[in-house]
Amino acid sequence: MLELQALGKRFGAVEAVRELSLEVPAGELLSLLGPSGCGKTTTLRMVAGFEAPTSGQVRIGGRDVTALPPQRRGVGMVFQNYALFPHLDVAQNVAFGLEARGTPRGELRRRVGEALERVDLAGYTARKVQELSGGQQQRVALARALAPEPPVLLLDEPLSNLDTVLRERTRTELRALLKRIGITSIFVTHDQEEAFALSDRVAVMYAGRLQQVGTPEQLYHEPANALVMGFIGQSNALPVHVVHADGDGLLCELPGGARWRAGAPRDAARAPAAGDALRLMVRPEALRLRRADATYGTDAEAGQGADAGRAAELAAVVASRRFAGALVQYRLAAEGLPELLVTVPAAHDGDAAVAEGERVRVRPASGARLHAFAEHTP
Amino acid sequence: MSARGVRTLLLALVALLLWLVLYPNLMVLADSLRTPAGWGLAAYARFLASHAERLALWNSVWISVASVLLSALIGVPLAFLFSRYAFPGRRVLAALVSLPVLLPPLVGVVAFLFLYGETGFLTRGVQLLLGLDEPPWRLAGAGAVLLVHAYTMYVYFFAFTRAALARLDESHAEAAAALGAGRWRTLTRVTLPMLAPALGGAALLVFMTSIGSFSAPYVFGGGFRVLTTQVFASKLNGDLQMAAVETVALALASVLALALLQRFEAGRRYTGAGKGALGGARLRRLSPRTRALLSAFAVALVGFLLLPHATVFLVSLVPEGSWTTQLLPPRYTLANYASLFGDAQMLQPVVNSLRMASVATLANVVLAVAAAYVLARPGRLRGRGLLALLIALPWALPGTVLAIALATTFSVQQPLAGRFVWVGTFVILPLAYFLRNIPLVTRAALTSFQQLDPALEEAAASLGASQARTLRRVVLPLVLPGLAAGAVLAFVTALGEFVASILLYTHRTRPISIEILSQLRAFDFGLAAAYGVLLIALMLVAFLLASRTETPATGA
Repeated sequence: MLELQALGKRFGAVEAVRELSLEVPAGELLSLLGPSGCGKTTTLRMVAGFEAPTSGQVRIGGRDVTALPPQRRGVGMVFQNYALFPHLDVAQNVAFGLEARGTPRGELRRRVGEALERVDLAGYTARKVQELSGGQQQRVALARALAPEPPVLLLDEPLSNLDTVLRERTRTELRALLKRIGITSIFVTHDQEEAFALSDRVAVMYAGRLQQVGTPEQLYHEPANALVMGFIGQSNALPVHVVHADGDGLLCELPGGARWRAGAPRDAARAPAAGDALRLMVRPEALRLRRADATYGTDAEAGQGADAGRAAELAAVVASRRFAGALVQYRLAAEGLPELLVTVPAAHDGDAAVAEGERVRVRPASGARLHAFAEHTP
Repeated sequence: MSARGVRTLLLALVALLLWLVLYPNLMVLADSLRTPAGWGLAAYARFLASHAERLALWNSVWISVASVLLSALIGVPLAFLFSRYAFPGRRVLAALVSLPVLLPPLVGVVAFLFLYGETGFLTRGVQLLLGLDEPPWRLAGAGAVLLVHAYTMYVYFFAFTRAALARLDESHAEAAAALGAGRWRTLTRVTLPMLAPALGGAALLVFMTSIGSFSAPYVFGGGFRVLTTQVFASKLNGDLQMAAVETVALALASVLALALLQRFEAGRRYTGAGKGALGGARLRRLSPRTRALLSAFAVALVGFLLLPHATVFLVSLVPEGSWTTQLLPPRYTLANYASLFGDAQMLQPVVNSLRMASVATLANVVLAVAAAYVLARPGRLRGRGLLALLIALPWALPGTVLAIALATTFSVQQPLAGRFVWVGTFVILPLAYFLRNIPLVTRAALTSFQQLDPALEEAAASLGASQARTLRRVVLPLVLPGLAAGAVLAFVTALGEFVASILLYTHRTRPISIEILSQLRAFDFGLAAAYGVLLIALMLVAFLLASRTETPATGA
């Protein structure tokens, strides 16, 4: 188990990481996700021991390792550029960590063989590392880091140097391998898709702060704040006023008069009251649209009653329509609002397809979760 | 290493260099400013009032400028020829064109003497061919100096231009052609401006080498005086203050040139923006006839460039006194080599040179690794700029300046002032070689350290390797090839060093170059040539050994 307690790092006047606390249970795969410069790599380097934290503690298996140099932490690391030793062959690279621990020759050979077998490179022992493809190099780096059987494995953007097709495949294999070994692992990535595919839980960082930790589903459906919601998946950020607040949530009014219901803001210091200005964040798939002149017709949701439906509707004009296979993506222009993104499953778009320039009405899908936040997205 | 350890190391290096590099030069400056009454510019007034001194200063400058122009005129077209046109034997010949580098300063001069001197092969040949009573020319004065300079220094322009052409993205020239520019316009408006940094670098090297050149003006100069020979003469005559003033003038001229050229170079860095394979210049296809002609020309050229080496070798086989008026020597024996290797006295200079060059190079490597380690460390470190400056300083100062500085400073026993009597001991020559090669070896080490990915050290650490183990198993094996190349170059330079040696040697510590000179003075040309051949052979061996270490070891 890995614990970070109120970890902080300051470079001169810059606070790279602030008060970061995180627990990673044994065997969990966790991603540190965030835009570049958010402090995720610094955090990883503090765990590895390459950077000394200015405050806080790193604990591995209950032991405080904050003051230990990297050599004595026993933490495995896969570097972004792999950092394979160019003057050593594949087997020598993998054996490096075992040699440093004084592993006897026979055992060393056996474990190097096992490590290479695990990453499907059994026949490559005497190859020069420069002769290998990017994917093979990545696997050598993984085998090298795993060979000494460290309690924790750190991976710094491990897939960013691979091409798209290979990356997709490697993701699945990597996750399967790490789960099979059962090693506690931390990935650093700026790619949300990658984080979701690889890890059990994701820790979102922004501006040196940990914003939220949770399963991919939690992050997507219950974002802690506008930053997390903005960074994960797509969303529309709409300026609204609170009309009414109660135990169930809020009724918000959009520019143009439409009123939509949203959950209480999770990031507000106090309970919101009528008249407060908030930011309503809506996923594109949580919105429904229809031609201004059409009725809902076959739509089961039409049963809500015409008046209630009308009060909840926002008038807009289709700026563009893009067919993207499984989905159709609409960009809408509505008065007083930024561009509005709405996605419709292609199967539902069908004959109801709306052309560019047509007037439409937009409202939240029934049961959709709308989130209001006090802070703005950057 | 801890941050504190690095600071201590930096401090120690700066202190050492302040003492050995800057301090002696300041002593010379102080000497030049001393008057009977105290301090003043009296010596400088004496320098400027003398016609001979003013002439020497002017000669030093114009001969260096002329050397730059002449070297460029030979080296740049040759580089284009060998980079742009395909003809049989191109690769081999291109390697051979750099041969003049393999000629130690004094040996080259000696070879020219045997070739073009009054009794040289070519001179005699032409005299015999035309039935002249007198030699057709005399190898003396500015012309002779320029000839030697151009022959040895065009290699800088050749090598720099060729390297730049190889890096040059041909798509720029293609873009110019597509925009309707003709060949001449493309060359003058696109290609040459993009080569400017390389040409500037070569010009600087040639200028600095030329203004510090001593052997050519010393042997061929005759009445043609330059600053380096003036310094030597003043020191020999015991006018130490005039020697100091001349040394300061020489140092100023070369530092000024350095500053000027670096100003010119600032803001002239072009890097290809092209992606993917930078194939460099594509080879032009030529008609078979032109290709044959080019091959013939290149072979002739290489033959011409090999003449000095061949000459030294030939003369080394001629027994003393056997060659008088004939065009070619009548007898060839190994007598000179026999006496060289048979007599311990004769072999002493070879042993001296090997010992002193080894000591100096060892010191160079230790200093270079320490300095490069400090300089290549990431992050801010106060005093690092000063260290870099002190390391570059010997490069800006001609060998003569350095030698005078050492002779001035280390001829007095004042331990509290950091002065010891080292002149006349075994210490002084290795010290001079060491100081002269500091920039070269440190640059080589620094380049290697900078190319070292810091992630490699971190990877080793994360795998549990101690700092010592990381250094031994990761850092050194990766840094070694570059460092070895620099060390070999330093060793070879020290082995044939002449300029500083002539100002600092004693009979007991005389190096090969000085022995060659004294054999020449004794008119034993054969023996002088044999020393020269030995020197060239040692250099070749060193280069061959170095090229073997260049591929990193992959052994178990």
